[in-house]
Amino acid sequence: MINIRANRCDYCGACVSVCPVDCIEVRESSIEIEHAICIDCDLCVEICPIEVLEVHAAE
Amino acid sequence: MLQNKYDVVVVGGGPAGSMAAWEVAKRGVSVCMLEKDRDIGYPVRCGEAAGESGLRQFVEIQDNWIAEKITSAKLVSPNFTAVDVNFASETGYILNRRIFDYDLSKYAANAGAEVYTKAYVKNVLTKNGQTNGVVLDYLGEEKQIQAKIVIGADGLTSRVGRWAGLKTQVRMKDMESAVQYSVANVDIEPNKMIMYVGMNHAPGGYVWVFPKGKKFANIGIGISGKYSKHKSAQKYLDEFMKREYPDAAILTTMCGGVPCAKPMEKPVANGIMLVGDAAHQINPMTGGGIVAGMKGGWIAGQVAAKAIQNNDYSENGLIDYPKRMRKDFGKNHERFYKIKEATEKLTNDELNSIAEKVLSIPHSQRTLTSVFKAAVFKKPTLIIDVLKVFAGV
Repeated sequence: MINIRANRCDYCGACVSVCPVDCIEVRESSIEIEHAICIDCDLCVEICPIEVLEVHAAE
Repeated sequence: MLQNKYDVVVVGGGPAGSMAAWEVAKRGVSVCMLEKDRDIGYPVRCGEAAGESGLRQFVEIQDNWIAEKITSAKLVSPNFTAVDVNFASETGYILNRRIFDYDLSKYAANAGAEVYTKAYVKNVLTKNGQTNGVVLDYLGEEKQIQAKIVIGADGLTSRVGRWAGLKTQVRMKDMESAVQYSVANVDIEPNKMIMYVGMNHAPGGYVWVFPKGKKFANIGIGISGKYSKHKSAQKYLDEFMKREYPDAAILTTMCGGVPCAKPMEKPVANGIMLVGDAAHQINPMTGGGIVAGMKGGWIAGQVAAKAIQNNDYSENGLIDYPKRMRKDFGKNHERFYKIKEATEKLTNDELNSIAEKVLSIPHSQRTLTSVFKAAVFKKPTLIIDVLKVFAGV
């Protein structure tokens, strides 16, 4: 599962552009991941320039 | 007031969107432009470099757009061999995008385009395989707008295109992960851009230092998505800042992704056109997309207006847009992409030896052309071609 450290986010949308399933919604000052659609490919984590997204180990 | 029907809806108020809206409005066709943020031109997510001749194709350049005129460049190789090169004929600019983008939207509005901010488009409408409008949140309410043509100028996320069925997703290796600081209290030579290349500085990209007036600069980095997994762009940039500009005050942090991909084959479908970053209209070697995006918007706007007048907004009615883009810009784009792929394979040692070779040319004779001639014996190089492309030679 991807965890969002939202208060670090610049809302640039780099994560949205690489997401293969279009499960990330970035607005002017909000970011959300639709976890039901997310396939945990972690590409968004890799591309984020400022480490907003992180892989959160499943419990 | 926002209507529920226009001939053309442009999604996104950057330079590509404004150019498209402007060209459509000029031809007396009804158009509205929807920007998700509260301001046009802000926040800036850009190094703000653009060539003079490129801009002049579309607009008369205003003094207050220009933060710094660029007449030379310094390229720094992995082992810190620095090469200065003068621009012979071309001038570059570091723009104030905040003012520049705003003015372009005013031109569009003055020609008759309606412009709305805080208008977040969240889907497209389709009927019988034809895109025919958008769904948006505007001032706290969900609205629908019918349109004959939707122009997606929604930047790298390019969701409008995705919703309309176009393949807009960028492969990781073609996506640059970028972060930039606008900094004060730095001593930087005026009128000169500095770029650092090599795996140690910025794998699959480069670090840029673009002066923006006295003691002020944009300092940023782009690294390839191929390399961003283990170390983020910001980590690289912070190491750079600590080493090169330890006294800099970081006033703003901005980040983004830059699609440095092959040109999109077909940025159109029935009732839909994509322009700018959304259509990957970016020089894949430099990551520069201001002029390219403006060209995309400019041509798309003209073709859209004509399609409305001809009453054919199917893919076929819009096909002149990709055709003209390919003729105007596509060939270079493909060439730059090939060079990018070749130069990405250069090792640090190779980059260092090219830098030393170029240094053997006396400074007074070191123009882009002479540098290019000297380097071409080796192989096409990132250094030379980045320069050439930045200078628009």
